[in-house]
This record gives sequence, structure tokens and C-alpha cells, in this order.
Amino acid sequence: MLQTAERGASASKKAPHEKYLEAFRIMLQTRIFEDKLASLYRGGLITGGVYIGKGQEAVSVSCGIFLQKGDVFAPLIRDQAGRSAFGEPLLDVARTYLGSRSGPMRGRDGNIHRGCPKAGQLAMISHLGAMIPVVVGKLLAKRMKGEKGFVGLTTIGEGGMQTGATHEGMNIAAVEHVPLVIVATNNHYAYSTPNDRQFACADLVDRAKGYGYEGSSVDGTDLTQCLEVIGAAIKRARAGRPPQLVVASTLRLAGHGEHDDASYVTDDIRREPFAQDSLQRAEQLILEQELLDREGLQQMRTELAAEVDEAVSTAQQEDAPVGSEEDWCAVSTRELVDQIP
Amino acid sequence: MSVTYLEAIREAQTYLLREDKRVFLYGQDIAGKFGGAFKATKGLAEQFPGRVLNTPISEDAMVGTAIGAAMEGMRPIVEMQFADFSSIALNQILNNAGTQYWRTQVPCPITVRLPSGGTKGSGPFHSQSMEGLYSHYPGLVVLTPATVEDAYTMLIDAVAIDDPVIYCEHKYLYYHLKADALPTEKLPIGKARVVRPGRDLSIVTNSAMVHEALAVAQQFSADGIEIEVVDLRSVKPLDTDTVLASVARTGRLLCVGEAFPWGGVTAEVIARVATEGFHLLDAAPARINAKDTPIPYHPNLWSEHRPNAKTIAAKVRQVLAE
Repeated sequence: MLQTAERGASASKKAPHEKYLEAFRIMLQTRIFEDKLASLYRGGLITGGVYIGKGQEAVSVSCGIFLQKGDVFAPLIRDQAGRSAFGEPLLDVARTYLGSRSGPMRGRDGNIHRGCPKAGQLAMISHLGAMIPVVVGKLLAKRMKGEKGFVGLTTIGEGGMQTGATHEGMNIAAVEHVPLVIVATNNHYAYSTPNDRQFACADLVDRAKGYGYEGSSVDGTDLTQCLEVIGAAIKRARAGRPPQLVVASTLRLAGHGEHDDASYVTDDIRREPFAQDSLQRAEQLILEQELLDREGLQQMRTELAAEVDEAVSTAQQEDAPVGSEEDWCAVSTRELVDQIP
Repeated sequence: MSVTYLEAIREAQTYLLREDKRVFLYGQDIAGKFGGAFKATKGLAEQFPGRVLNTPISEDAMVGTAIGAAMEGMRPIVEMQFADFSSIALNQILNNAGTQYWRTQVPCPITVRLPSGGTKGSGPFHSQSMEGLYSHYPGLVVLTPATVEDAYTMLIDAVAIDDPVIYCEHKYLYYHLKADALPTEKLPIGKARVVRPGRDLSIVTNSAMVHEALAVAQQFSADGIEIEVVDLRSVKPLDTDTVLASVARTGRLLCVGEAFPWGGVTAEVIARVATEGFHLLDAAPARINAKDTPIPYHPNLWSEHRPNAKTIAAKVRQVLAE
């Protein structure tokens, strides 16, 4: 393994990562936004589900913040912070959750099943592992077209690591030697199932070697480590090293979705070091290192809350899609639409 | 000079690789000197370096990779070694390719070649006809060429289509079917073809069963009974108009399909004729499919499992007697 970062509660003593404050701002925005989405859901204002990344913001933001135009990002269910870091407008999110016809999915899909492939952000499907080969294909095509310096990143969880699609996708990425980073967040519960019913190996990062990847581990509650380890993996992939597997350890600090009270999470696990809140830890470091004072933090919070409120209220005022105005065509070639009586 | 159905598929891919820089071939054992389990890509890897790529035995990832490449502007052709193995890739084909345009407005122009249908001794896992299954899901175009000419032009057209195309090529036709030359004209995708005109009964069918139907029509012609044979060519979209026009001429309909009987192409054709053309029918529409069991290995069983000239003829007599 290239790097097995120290785990635990010890705060970083060295100077913060150059992207620390920027990353923190996105994490905080994500937390405020997702709290808002959860309360809208509880108030019956969101149809379908709400899936938040509470506790995973440090990992997720680190996935998006180093990606550039021309890169490919295939986020998953708990990646609001990464999506925002890669440039997804909050309004797109609010529109998708609130069912605005003006959103990127126009009511045809909802919640986290959204994306903007033209901007390099793929729209996930629910079947875990299915986006891995799609990223591989994007990267393969970029290479065929003669593009250079690009990288692709996709995320998965310790549950998603167990699908056949993930195995096939990880392997084909290595066979094609594409610049791919897979960030697997072990948040210790796949919906309600704990790790001992999910996999039996000592550490998921050990799989890296078996696939011909370079592997790293990271404490997902420590923003500094996340930025360093994920940033370095992205840099290595971009430089032509083999695909990278980063395994982050966290606890999901919410239900699978907002419909889920997560009552299956044991008290013992809640006391583990990986159960710490990455946002709180980051805030603590900011105060300790005097990157911002309490007043500065409060001001940031107020500004972000205003941004969130604006996105939500804009989306709430927009029209919903209307069935009678849909074209109901699943193929783009109009003359090949099957005319079913 | 003559060209087989299989050679037409190879020639179409040669043409596509030569004419369209976006095209690449992706599949198991297709590269090198080997050129594929059926040699549909023989010689192409040498002729087009870097554009005919062997893959691991990973049907799901092969299609997933093709989807990503297509969204990035390429025109990948995926070769499944056998149609049957595309079941491993169902998720990518149905849920990722089939929903992509609808969800994101980004087209997903992949072509998946499925060596389909039964041949002697191939058994349950190397014989399937999956066009009905793929047609059930939205977002896909499903083609079943039955002639050398269609094998050639429909593959070229498939790659030009901005949507995912499931191209079902019949393995029995690979070597059995020959034409004098590659075609110079074509019928557009989505149009069925009346391959034999008739007045007494319409057989609507597709793929290799077109040839079984033609053999039966020939037999009946000797007794003065003229059967019209309609080759659907494209299963989705399905050319309901041509089918209805045929039934309007004959008043009797028999649908023949090599796939399993529950649902599927024959059921769909009958449903459409019943809803749109009930008044055209002089007798209840009938259908004949493979039996509702896995496809048997032994030739004696296999030849009874699929519709054959004898069983089709018996059904024809039944419909004519009504």
C-alpha cells in the first residue's frame, strides 16, 4: 500500500492543506443544504426519497475538489459535497429533489439520480457498480480521441464493492489502463447490513493488489487526510499510474435515506473513532489553527444558508412537469419511435 | 463471387471501420489472428490497429464501457460471443443504455451484436433468441436481419442510429445463406418487407424463421394456396402498417417465432392486429413459437423444440380450415 494513514482523533498539527478552507466551505454548504432537504422531506414537500451524506462530507468533497474541466466524475448516493466541488449548481439539486420541470432531469428522474454528462458529471443508476465501466468507457474514448491529462473518479461503498458489476468494472479499468480513481467509503452499514455480512477480508484496500491497482487508506473523518490521500491518488492516476483504489473509513451519520431511523446502528459502533463527524473535526481545526474565528464561521454559515434558501425557494416556485406535455419518447431518433396502438 | 450472411457482417464492419473514425469493436476473442468465435472480425484487428479490442470475460463491463465511449462521441460495436451471454449485461443494456437518453438527453449510440438462435447441438446456453426480451424495455432499437443484404445494410444503419441498437444476427444463417454480391440498395430500418406475396394467409415472422416460412409457402403453392410472408426485419420499432396491409389482403394471420412463447414478438404482432385490424380477420390469429422449455441439446429434440416446416404447415392448415 502506498499510504496507510493514521486513524483516530488526533488533530493535524501541520499547516492546513491549501484547499482546506474551500473544502470546508463546500462541506458546510452541503450540511446546511442536506439538513434543509431532510426537513422538506419530513414536511412532505419532497416526493420519493432524500439521501444525504452526513459524516461523509470530507471524503466526498475531496473527490470533487481536484477534478478539472475535461475530467469525468461519477458520484454516488452520498456525494453532494463532491458534486458541488466539481461544479454542480445547488439549483440543479433543488430542482431535481423538488420536481421542477426546469431541472436537469425534468422530473424524469429524481433525488441523487441526476447528472450532467456534458459537464463530465454522470447520472448514476441505482445498480451499484454499474457506473464504473461507464467511466472507463469515457476515459477510453478520450484517449482514442487524443485528449491528454484527464482523469476519471467514481465512488462506491463497502456494500457496492460486493457486486459483480464492481468486480468487472474494476478489472476492465486495469486491463484498459485508464486513469481511474475509485474511492470506496466504508461507512460500516450497507442500508442496515453491517460489514461482517458484507465481506470477509481483513481490509477492502487489500483488494487493490489483486486488481492491479495502487491502494491507499484514509481516515474519512479527517479532512486533511482526505485531501492529501485522495488528492495524491488523483495526481497519480493523472500521471499515468495504474488505477487507484482509496478506501475511506467513516460512519454514516444518518439513515440510508431520510425514511430510515438507522436504529440498527449499535452504540458500540457510535463510539468508534470512525464515527466522528468530519465537519465538526474540520471546524475544530479551523478554530485551533485560527483560519477563521467564531465570528467568521458564523458569517460563512449565514451566507451559505442564504444560498441554500435561494436555490430552494427558486425551485419551489417553478412549475412541475405535466404528463400531457411529455413527448414520451425513450429514443432520440424520432422516426424510430415504435407506434404502439 | 458470392457472399455469406457472416461475410456480410464482416464486410459491414470493415466498411464502418474504414469510413467512420468513431467506430471501434469491443468483445471477447475478436482481435488478433483469431477474429472471433465465428470469425466475424477476422482480419480486422490487423487492418485497423487499436480499433478491434479484446475484452476480459466481462459482458456487463463490456457494455458499460461501450456506453461511456458512446456518450463521449464514439460508435462502439460490442460483440457478444453468444446472444445468451448478453444476459450478464442486461443491467447495462436495459438500465443504463436504455434509460440514458430519456434521463439525460445525451444519446447513447452503442450497437450490441448478438449471435442468436439455435443450431444443431448447441443446447440451452448457446441458442437463445432474445429480441422479445430486449424489445420489452424502452429505449432500445431491436433488429433481426434475415437476409445477407439486410445483415449488411442493417448493421451499417445500426451504427448510424443515435440510440442503442440490439442487432440479432442468426447463427444458423451465417453459412447457410449466400447472396451474389453485397447490396447496392436498402430498405430503411423500421420497415418490414413482404418477401413473398400471397392472398390466402399471412405468415408474419423474423430472422431464420423467414426461411422456414418461405419453404412452407412453397409447399402450399403447389396446392394452389398462396401464403404471403412478411419479414419484420426490425422488431422494435415494429412495422404495424405493413403487417396490417398484409392481413387486409389475406384475412388470416399466423405469427412464427423462434423465441420462447410467453409474450414476445408473436404475441405483440397478434395484439396489434387484434386491436387495430380485428375487422380484417376472417379467422382467429394464430402463432407458433419454440416450446416453453430450455432449448434442448440433441438434434432430435431441438428440431421439435423450434417451429419447423412440419409444425408451421400444420398450423397453416388449422388457420385455413377456420
